[in-house]
Amino acid sequence: MLHVARLARLEIPEDQIEHVQAELGAILEAVGKVSELDLKGVEPTSHPLDLVNVWGEDEPRPSLSREDALANAPDPADGAFRVPAVGS
Amino acid sequence: MIDTLRLTAEDAAGLLERKEVSGEELTRAYMDAIDERDGELHAYLHVVGESGTGVPIAHKDLVTTKGIPTTAGSRILEGYIPVFDSTVAARCKEAGLPILGKTNMDEFAMGSSTENSAYGPSHNPWDPDRVPGGSSGGSAAAVAGGLAPWALGSDTGGSIKQPASLCGLVGLRPTYGTVSRYGIVAFASSLDQIGPITKTVRDCARLYEVIAGRDGCDSTTVDLPEPVQIPTAEDLQGIRIGIPKELNEAEGIEPGVSEQVQKAIALAEGLGAEVGETTLPRSVDYGLACYYLVAPAEASSNLARYDGVRYGHRAAGDGDLTALYERTRWEGFGAEPKRRILIGTYALSAGYYEAYYGQAQKVRTMIAQEHAAAFEQFDLLVSPTSPTVAFRIGEKAENPLAMYLSDLLTIPSNMAGLPGLSIPCGLSEDLPVGLQLIGPQFSENLLFRTGHALERALGFDFVPERLRHA
Repeated sequence: MLHVARLARLEIPEDQIEHVQAELGAILEAVGKVSELDLKGVEPTSHPLDLVNVWGEDEPRPSLSREDALANAPDPADGAFRVPAVGS
Repeated sequence: MIDTLRLTAEDAAGLLERKEVSGEELTRAYMDAIDERDGELHAYLHVVGESGTGVPIAHKDLVTTKGIPTTAGSRILEGYIPVFDSTVAARCKEAGLPILGKTNMDEFAMGSSTENSAYGPSHNPWDPDRVPGGSSGGSAAAVAGGLAPWALGSDTGGSIKQPASLCGLVGLRPTYGTVSRYGIVAFASSLDQIGPITKTVRDCARLYEVIAGRDGCDSTTVDLPEPVQIPTAEDLQGIRIGIPKELNEAEGIEPGVSEQVQKAIALAEGLGAEVGETTLPRSVDYGLACYYLVAPAEASSNLARYDGVRYGHRAAGDGDLTALYERTRWEGFGAEPKRRILIGTYALSAGYYEAYYGQAQKVRTMIAQEHAAAFEQFDLLVSPTSPTVAFRIGEKAENPLAMYLSDLLTIPSNMAGLPGLSIPCGLSEDLPVGLQLIGPQFSENLLFRTGHALERALGFDFVPERLRHA
């Protein structure tokens, strides 16, 4: 489960690992019910409508200004998003 | 004196058109009601109180509104002020509907009671010790409590239909693709739909007319095959209504709920509908499991954007970028989103994908096929919306699996992309019971027609009993 938490970028505090694991175990057991069905040959559904491709004209139009794009940033700097070093 | 508890949106529009009240007076009436009752109900997260030429509206707090806080009920979006409008907010604005405020919800629309809101639960106007349902519980509490004439909600697994049912209101989950999701805080993109929560079916049709239709900013939207018809007919001549056995006899449906639904079905027959039994053999048995794989899988992807970099909460502390992501996300998300992100990540991970997500997508096909088979014989299907009336706050909060069962009857048709209308059909234990009408894709006009005729015949009083004035 720690591997999954790592993939999801969630840091589970040590003292909660057991609790989270028990909860997820119960849910996974319940949803595992889907494996009871033999659905060989059934096509998977990823989208409920039968849509064919939607094409649009490639026309430039106004987008967010730099100021707007940064308006909600926790730590903007020099017109960009500032973050800690990648990997340490 | 405007009685906001009894006034429908259509009544309000009439008052404005005839210039019997001004936009300011109308908004003032709702602001007074909010002052009086929102302390108890906690329907709103942000009160705005705009007035204008049209009937004011409340938006669920995942509808992006330019310049107005939008939190989706989450700490991770606390203080976020959008710099653009969602398409539905823009369409309401163009139609002249001023914003009263943003309503409370389960965090990221994950829940059935609003108890998963990071800002505390909303309360049911019929009994404040009980939940209003969820996740659009704030919108339902606002409308039932006379704090808004109508409201928008969103529905992924039942988040419009179920709170409408628990609060004695009308709620439409539209056909997938008829309402734009542009600017809606995303939960599960192949399921999320925005829709109205109102006091009457006619109000519901009017608001649907405002928001529906293709949007260039959402490539999953389509044009409506026919214009929205505001219903007038009071009979059900020629309409074939199927009663799926599994949706009506599922374990956990309260006897009082069944009784009211059966009465409504008998009434439909009296109005000229042809009623018969039908079956959805495996959709109900396997729908919940299918949903709790597909929705978390999509959520785990959608919620990846909350990383403490571009907007929202950022955790303090040292470390590299990955450490920042991991701490920010653990702190910022509540328990339910974290649960679903973990389940979804697991279901999509290498080695488990086929057994979980892949299999769930096939179950989804099977569910759609079962519904299509039922629609060969019937125009509409009917069942209770929720297996229970409004439950007590705290009753299911500690047990995620028990909470999930609240959506047992709304999930199957949602998986198939079908529209569903919930209308109130009576009381059990003095609390509202909702009737779910399910139609084929794009059958909203038929749902409105049927819902309206039944509503007239049922004569349900949508004002909560304890708030009725002498």
